[in-house]
Amino acid sequence: MKIIKEAIAGTLESSDLLVKVAPSADATLEIIIKSEVIKQFGVQIRRVVDETLAKLDVTAGSFLIEDKGALDCAIRARVQTAILRAAGCDELDWRKL
Amino acid sequence: MEEKTLKLRRSMLFLPGANAAMLSTAFVYKPDSIMFDLEDAVSLREKDSARILVFHALQLPVYREIETVVRINPLNTPFGLKDLEAVVRAGVDVVRLPKTDKPEDVYELEAHVERIERECGREVGSTKLMAAVESAIGVVNAVAIATSSKRMIGIALAGFDYCVDMQTERGDGSELFYARCAVLHAARAAGIDAFDVVYSDVNNDEGFLKEVELIRRLGYNGKSLINPRQIELLHNAYAPTEEEVDYARRVIAAADAAERDGLGVIALNGKMIDAPIVNQAQRTLQRAQASGTRK
Repeated sequence: MKIIKEAIAGTLESSDLLVKVAPSADATLEIIIKSEVIKQFGVQIRRVVDETLAKLDVTAGSFLIEDKGALDCAIRARVQTAILRAAGCDELDWRKL
Repeated sequence: MEEKTLKLRRSMLFLPGANAAMLSTAFVYKPDSIMFDLEDAVSLREKDSARILVFHALQLPVYREIETVVRINPLNTPFGLKDLEAVVRAGVDVVRLPKTDKPEDVYELEAHVERIERECGREVGSTKLMAAVESAIGVVNAVAIATSSKRMIGIALAGFDYCVDMQTERGDGSELFYARCAVLHAARAAGIDAFDVVYSDVNNDEGFLKEVELIRRLGYNGKSLINPRQIELLHNAYAPTEEEVDYARRVIAAADAAERDGLGVIALNGKMIDAPIVNQAQRTLQRAQASGTRK
């Protein structure tokens, strides 16, 4: 899935996260994660984000993720929503999610 | 008509589908059913994010022990069918169709559900349905709606839209009198559950309990709720008294003894007991087991 425009998904409320995504000028993947629980769960958050990008075949884009203690399912949902919005994709293959 | 289920459905807690925190924690309140809302509680710009969030929430292990319901958007909107595709594949227990006016609305829903079940390999018929009646025509057609599908487990009255359609407003309950009775009779004729309207004045416990007492005495199975605080109040109001539990135990014991002795007639204290009384006793003990006796 190709990131073609800027998009946002989620909120900064507790137990949620905000995902900002933008196209990459040099076709690389950049992921920045900020979290109040980065020491305890940083690796796990990164793993969920990487898996989610891989399932949607995202290989390029700039991702800024501000986590507020979200569960894995919320992380998946917000990252997926941001990607779909940024790719201008309206039809989903739910099996990939 | 034979009842399709003895599952307790006193409380059906509404959760806004776009709210990650509530979706992640609502199971702790232990309502009988949790209803993720993709319709009125979600703004137009967040329909996509709520759908994906609910898709994942439905698959959380913590929701395996509780009945999950999703209120999808009406199928005549750009969102309804997309909602359905997501939630049936995610394993939702019950799909709640809003603004149901006629049985054809349920036929259309059921056809889509069956197609999706086949496509994703889910057992055909495992997705249950319920309809919310929110208009005068829906109330008039309540029996046809309630009997429209074998998948139907319940029918709900939605008070706000109904009152708007009737050109009235929520008040002391007299404005809902006919609709409550019509929807309840439709449910009983179909052998399914009946759910009353939400009580939106969440800080008015006295008013809430007065309304609960009314619908409990009418015969409603339960109520749609918008605040977790209302769950315990509702469950306690639906709990049987100690005297009712004692009588129910004696009824069940008499029925067991009659079956053991091969008797066709059940008697308790010289009075004959028939199957509806035994069923009622089972429901009483079920409610007592769930939340004790009334405090």
